[in-house]
Amino acid sequence: MSERISAAVVEKVARLARLALTPEEIERTTAQLSGMLEHFADIDALQLDDVAPMAQPYPLENVFRDDVVAQGLDRDEVLAAAPAAEHGRFRVPPIIGLDL
Amino acid sequence: MAGAIEIAAGVRDGSLKAADVVEQHLTRIAAREPEIHAFNLVMSDEARARSDAIDAMVAAGDDPGPLAGVPIALKDNMCTHGVPTTCSSKILAGWKPPYDATVVTKLAAAGAVIIGKTNLDEFAMGSSTENSAFGPTRNPHDTSRVPGGSSGGSAAAVSAGFASVGLGSDTGGSIRQPAALCGVVGVKPTYGYVSRYGLVAFASSLDQIGPLTTSVKDAALLLDVIGGHDPMDSTSIPLAHPSLVDVLDQGVEGMRVGRITDLPEGADLDVMERTEQAFDAMRAAGATIVDVEVPAFTFGLTAYYLIAPAEASSNLARYDGVRYGLRVEAPDTNAMYGLTRAAGFGDEVKRRIMLGTYALSAGYYDAYYGKALKVRRLIHDEFERAYQHADVLLTPASPSVAFPFGAKGDNPLAMYLCDVYTIPANLSGHPGMSVPFGTGADDLPVGVQVLAGTLCEPQMFRAAAALERAVSAKVQP
Repeated sequence: MSERISAAVVEKVARLARLALTPEEIERTTAQLSGMLEHFADIDALQLDDVAPMAQPYPLENVFRDDVVAQGLDRDEVLAAAPAAEHGRFRVPPIIGLDL
Repeated sequence: MAGAIEIAAGVRDGSLKAADVVEQHLTRIAAREPEIHAFNLVMSDEARARSDAIDAMVAAGDDPGPLAGVPIALKDNMCTHGVPTTCSSKILAGWKPPYDATVVTKLAAAGAVIIGKTNLDEFAMGSSTENSAFGPTRNPHDTSRVPGGSSGGSAAAVSAGFASVGLGSDTGGSIRQPAALCGVVGVKPTYGYVSRYGLVAFASSLDQIGPLTTSVKDAALLLDVIGGHDPMDSTSIPLAHPSLVDVLDQGVEGMRVGRITDLPEGADLDVMERTEQAFDAMRAAGATIVDVEVPAFTFGLTAYYLIAPAEASSNLARYDGVRYGLRVEAPDTNAMYGLTRAAGFGDEVKRRIMLGTYALSAGYYDAYYGKALKVRRLIHDEFERAYQHADVLLTPASPSVAFPFGAKGDNPLAMYLCDVYTIPANLSGHPGMSVPFGTGADDLPVGVQVLAGTLCEPQMFRAAAALERAVSAKVQP
């Protein structure tokens, strides 16, 4: 079975997905994704040129609501669930710094 | 054990105390829960307080509603204000939602008593409930076997009598497959029938909440309560639903029941035999059997395992250690995201995020995600054509009865094949339900799946009721 996906691509995808995978996980994921993509090749033979993509089942157009004031979530309650909060905001480490 | 309809009727007319009903269920939980592990959280104190309040309402002459005093098990991916909601993931452990899901609000307004939050495959990704960060749930019929998944906790809780009814969520079969394996009724309604507001998102275009119950009638009652348009969910259908409880006695005289002649193979012999007997039962009840073709059915698995992970990879981007849940400290945000997500997600969730991110990434989008969306259209259109000839379709719900722990090993595809018969209805948006229909190998329950067209829940429930009547006629000759 030819490899359908390389370890280098899997590493790049892990970066895109913000998942710090170990070298063992990269290796295992490469083999597993390869196997899955092999199976998923069953749709390659389908003639789909004239078929419109379907992203969701119910043909809803834009949904609007009246512009009325409603009760939102309680700010203190929401912030209480955060790993770190300060001055009514979420606290995070520096955004610019070491890249993964 | 009394059904939900009987419990609610008794509590409403004062002949039954909600407090006694809750105690009976808590007693059964105390006896068997250590062995079954259906729950992430048993809400004994809350349930007792709630049942007292319901009894007080009745004593004061007020009507608590159509689910008065009915103990219900909620899958732990539905938000409960101030009560931990974990999705069986380490990344959400300890999180208390600041709001209630719409279904929770509706259950409260109907007088139901939430008795606990049930176990699931992490973020509803799995078919055995083995992928829970808090350990697996065991099948009450045989504790060496899985209850199915991902709503395995709710299915097991209802099957073991820990709760009168339960709610699950179904993205590719996660209500219907565990229902089949645990011998209970499980319903995935038409996409948009039940509000998804407050259901933690897995794959938003596929997810639906639905009932797990011991009878078709209880499923109808529960769906009557939780269904309906909700402005908080922009995909909820803005139509009124007819009562399903009211149609159950209408029978199936003249109903056209479709047999899919090109259904993918792979179901075990015992399951196929029961499915054949279900066709016989429908014929005996006055229905006509017709042949239909759904050639793209077999491609559902591939389309699903590209679309669902793609949507999941986007939905699960929110677990980044910023607003809730786990954070692994690091010198900068990018490192924090990567380490938090690596530590917080289990293997299956990581695998699906990887697959989905890949299917959506530049250079691969058209070949995978784009193509899968076209296959989805094919499947939808073929089902629509089939429903011009048939009112309902019958298939197996699961290819096999409950399997032993670890049976699918480390092969993700083997596990994915558990959902081969349930997945197409999620892609097409049509409703489907699993009805217990006898037993197969080792006396384990077999479920037959009833499928129907968009918003054709009334026909689906009439067919399910007919199958249920056929089973009980056999059991009680």
